[in-house]
Amino acid sequence: MQKTMINKNITLKPGAEELPKAKNRFVELAKKFSKRKTAVAALIFIIFIILVAIAAPSFVPYDPGASDYFAVLQGPSKAHIWGTDELGQDVFSRLMVGTRLSLSSALIATIVGTAFGVLLGLLAGFYGGIIDSAIMRFCDVMFAFPDILLAIAVVAVIGPGMINVMIAVAVFTVPSFARIIRSATLSVKSQLYIEVARSLGCSNTRILFVHVFPGTIQTMIVNFTMRVGTAILAASSLSFLGFGANVTEPDWGAMLSTGRNYLNTAPHMVLFPGILIFLTVLAFNLLGDGLRDTLDPKLN
Amino acid sequence: MNQTQSLVSVQNVSKVFSANKGLFAKKKYVHAVNDISFEIRKGETFSLVGESGCGKSTTGRLIDHLLTPEKGQIFFEGKEISALDEKKMRPLRSEIQMIFQDPYGSLNPRKKIHELIGEPLLIHTKLSAGERLKKVHELLCEVGLRPEHAERFPHEFSGGQRQRIGIARALTVQPKLIIADEPVSALDVSIQAQVLNLLHDLQEKYDLTYLFISHDLSVVEMISDRIAVMYLGTIMETATRDELYDNPRHPYTKALLSAVPIADPTRKKSRIILKGDLPSPSNPPSGCLFHTRCPYCTEKCVKERPAVYTIKEDHQVQCHYPDILLEKGN
Repeated sequence: MQKTMINKNITLKPGAEELPKAKNRFVELAKKFSKRKTAVAALIFIIFIILVAIAAPSFVPYDPGASDYFAVLQGPSKAHIWGTDELGQDVFSRLMVGTRLSLSSALIATIVGTAFGVLLGLLAGFYGGIIDSAIMRFCDVMFAFPDILLAIAVVAVIGPGMINVMIAVAVFTVPSFARIIRSATLSVKSQLYIEVARSLGCSNTRILFVHVFPGTIQTMIVNFTMRVGTAILAASSLSFLGFGANVTEPDWGAMLSTGRNYLNTAPHMVLFPGILIFLTVLAFNLLGDGLRDTLDPKLN
Repeated sequence: MNQTQSLVSVQNVSKVFSANKGLFAKKKYVHAVNDISFEIRKGETFSLVGESGCGKSTTGRLIDHLLTPEKGQIFFEGKEISALDEKKMRPLRSEIQMIFQDPYGSLNPRKKIHELIGEPLLIHTKLSAGERLKKVHELLCEVGLRPEHAERFPHEFSGGQRQRIGIARALTVQPKLIIADEPVSALDVSIQAQVLNLLHDLQEKYDLTYLFISHDLSVVEMISDRIAVMYLGTIMETATRDELYDNPRHPYTKALLSAVPIADPTRKKSRIILKGDLPSPSNPPSGCLFHTRCPYCTEKCVKERPAVYTIKEDHQVQCHYPDILLEKGN
């Protein structure tokens, strides 16, 4: 873009004192965030989960793929603290090792989907007109399919595999973000301070990313945290249907689905993956709430 | 004020907004600004007055290039700006700054004060972050705030303080023209005086030119050098302040001035009550736009749009009978 600068001679009062420095915004926000105890707890839990995802294969007591046919569908015991599944595999080991797959696929898919969705929503809301119509009609088409069906269709087209599952989940995340961010953009765009920014001489790009985008962050965070949970389940569902990771590979959602068949005889098979998914989604929600409050200048 | 060098010249400018309702509805247009011409001279305070919806703010936005006119031209320092596109206009924006009516809406609630005031510097100059902040501190002192306010957010300030922040921001890049769009109408009367005094002091100090938009005639009387009275998107009368207040020639100006409350209970009230309502700008009256409410309306007024009469230097009136107020015993 052509830089149109004029060097006006802005006179500063002469003074021997050093130039002042603005407070570091990041440090300030970190301090503010640290005051929110639940959010900090959620962050610690998420960091813990991520560490587990990285280190799990080296500390779990059993090989997650190894079957012990003499201990099938056993409840929690000293040998298998979270019990065993229908093939005699150790549930604890499988869950810990499965963290990597479940978390990475859900997070990456949601982040990618969010990034595209937010960008499309911003462009649609900010520029309006034909760009808006094109993006919104595209989203309408996507909305016509149920989420999981859309993901299956995407996987069917590009083929199975973990990466493709992430793409599929990301694809169905995009339209909901685009639509939500578009409406947030429209409401920010109509604010007086956007017109003020234009009158000050801000470029469109600057107005869009410096003035409009921060106004939509709250909406984005809330939707993001909600979507992470959906993504974990969607990725698992795809795996369960045989479109994603190899069925024998441990995955939270897949374990939850399998366990459903043994609900009467071995409820622990549902209980532990369920608790893990629940806690993870909860942690993301609480973290999201904390972040949202931290970024709101009106809250202390 | 004998400087006659013109800073802004507005020539026959019209702005029309389309107000379309429904796909098959008849196209409707709102004539927000209807063929206006005036000139703002260097160093003066030129005021636009008129009731709500008469096109004052639209005129301000046209000059600030936030809107582009359908017809006519706007010149800034002899250069036509109405035809420039946004990109070419951008460097000129540091010469024209605007102060907005709403001190709550005009500051981005997510930005700190130093980011808000420093933004024009970031866009228009190559100062470093530290230099910018120093300038922000200077400006805060200039408008009667304190340097430590720089780290706060807009919601921590009162309306008057926010308007001072808006003024500081308008001043950052040392503009030549400041368009003040009802800068004090959202403030308490006691704060209004402070802000007006501030504007006045800054004008002397930095040799600023103001386009002052207001509906408050007592405020306008205090601050203006010359005044233009607008009605339904047209300028009815332009004159120097004293001339306009002492010797109004247009019936509308006269009626408007008679509505100013005067704090003197012994004074005989001689308010002129205009009949009828303000006509809709989407369906303006024929002939003279004021004829539907003018007490001296004649057939000529209904049919013909009056020309602009120059009564004397610096006093123009758009009326068929510029002397009628004198004849009717004022």
